Amino acid sequence: MLIRRPPDIAPSEITPPDLYRRRRAFLRSAGLIAAAVGTGVVLPASRVRAAAQKLPNTRSGTFSTTEDRTPYEDVTTYNNFYEFGTDKDEPAQNARSLKTRPWTVAIEGEVRKARTIGIEELLRLAPLEERVYRLRCVEGWSMVVPWVGYSLRELIRRVEPTGNAKYVEFVTVADRRQMPGLAYPVLEWPYAEGLRLDEAMHPLSLMCVGLYGEVLPNQNGAPVRVVIPWKYGFKSGKSIVKIRFTQTQPRTAWNRAQPREYGFYSNVNPEVDHPRWSQAKERRIGEFRKRPTLMFNGYAEQVASLYAGMDLKKNF
Amino acid sequence: MKALHNGQIAWVRRACFVLCLVPLGRLVWLGARGGLGANPIEAITHSTGWWTLAFLMLTLAVTPLRRLTGMNWLLRLRRMLGLFAFFHAALHFATYVWLDQFFDWTAIAKDIVKRPFITVGFAAFVLLVPLAATSSNAMVRRLGAVRWQLLHRLVYPIAILGVTHFWWLVKKDLTEPVLFACVLVLLLGARLVWRARTVRAVARVPAASVR
Ligand code: HEM
Repeated sequence: MLIRRPPDIAPSEITPPDLYRRRRAFLRSAGLIAAAVGTGVVLPASRVRAAAQKLPNTRSGTFSTTEDRTPYEDVTTYNNFYEFGTDKDEPAQNARSLKTRPWTVAIEGEVRKARTIGIEELLRLAPLEERVYRLRCVEGWSMVVPWVGYSLRELIRRVEPTGNAKYVEFVTVADRRQMPGLAYPVLEWPYAEGLRLDEAMHPLSLMCVGLYGEVLPNQNGAPVRVVIPWKYGFKSGKSIVKIRFTQTQPRTAWNRAQPREYGFYSNVNPEVDHPRWSQAKERRIGEFRKRPTLMFNGYAEQVASLYAGMDLKKNF
Repeated sequence: MKALHNGQIAWVRRACFVLCLVPLGRLVWLGARGGLGANPIEAITHSTGWWTLAFLMLTLAVTPLRRLTGMNWLLRLRRMLGLFAFFHAALHFATYVWLDQFFDWTAIAKDIVKRPFITVGFAAFVLLVPLAATSSNAMVRRLGAVRWQLLHRLVYPIAILGVTHFWWLVKKDLTEPVLFACVLVLLLGARLVWRARTVRAVARVPAASVR
């Protein structure tokens, strides 16, 4: 069954989310009925993919891997986003309630141009690129995801960090009405992650607004997130509402929760095991046998110099 | 409560057997139609592990339930429940060895030694083996009731190891391990309370008869 996609549209013309959601629901039920009639079987709802909004003018970017991409279905139904539940399939079910318009990101701290940026402006800030990155979760699985966005440095340069800025903190939205997982104190909310400024300025670090050429699904961190491909997935904050530049190292969600298990750096490193499981291998989603995990998730050539002279066992 | 006669018990056992096959049936059904999600191996590991623990709890629930309700026929289900626990543990272990590690014995040995959650899980599984092996009537007779019962008290440490295994493996959300731990505390606690009462009652009897 083919669902026709609308032609490319400018971000300013993006359908209001309420209407969009109603349309999605309609498409889903229409799809279901069509599938049921066409094949005589009713497919589960998650199998029927509604048309998502395509992102306009996306060019293919640098640093992309040519490895097989993880299917859209897997990328969008197997997620860690504890604000929507701790099971992998819960974010896809519960994140529908997240309203991503209007949306603003507050830029604070050690910058000359502290201000609040609306999502429309963020989407237009720099040309959108497709970056196909490996994603390695600390739990021992991995994916290959075609993200859409631009280098985080494009944003950082524009807000002009002061000489005191050494770190950047990314804060995820925390709204109890929209995020059922916040009712449980599994982590300290809001979720906050952080990078050293030079890590954030690295061209690989991505300000991300889409995947598979389309607007980010909510469970993947809509409307805007970061993607730091050489670090374990939890370092890449989702649904960001605040970016704060600081002089001292910010406290980060998983590090606060279990400092012995999750360090500030959390670079992918097959030689430094998690205290409770090995990090030497990983299972690529869709594959049967495990494959060896690569240093810095295969991005050593680009990022190893950031950590020259550092003891990576100590700074895990 | 009226006692069930043998024919009725046979029916209850058949129904129980079929019910006990439901979790595995569901897993096979979902697996066959690609319904286990993006990471089917993880889904199988979790399901078989979860049901191992659930069957252990059910097995341990038989005695307290029987005492509370007087439904003595429950005892006739206990062996089946225990064997289903072992069955799921074997599947769980096989999933780990085959699907997860793909017979990488060095990695498996390292895991068992280095990862505390695997160490305790493995210990629980190893301890379950003699219980499953001595579950037949013939084995009960061969061992003698006293020795058999002593051996089968291993189920208590096994259950504790199983809950510990779950507790230690979760990343952060302890909800389910905590629930299992509560159930286990209740089941073992009931036994301790009853035992203490029996001891006290026995101690009182001679005193009373003297007076
Ligand atoms: C009586 C013995 C055992 C019991 C009761 C048990 C129980 C469990 C439970 C309840 C889970 C979590 C399920 C969930 O998340 O819903 C689990 C996961 C797991 N178990 Fe076991 N288990 C046992 C033995 C073993 C053994 C012998 C091994 C391997 C040598 C093992 C390896 C694992 C692994 C690798 C996981 C998944 C961990 C993860 O995803 O992080 N278990 N088990």
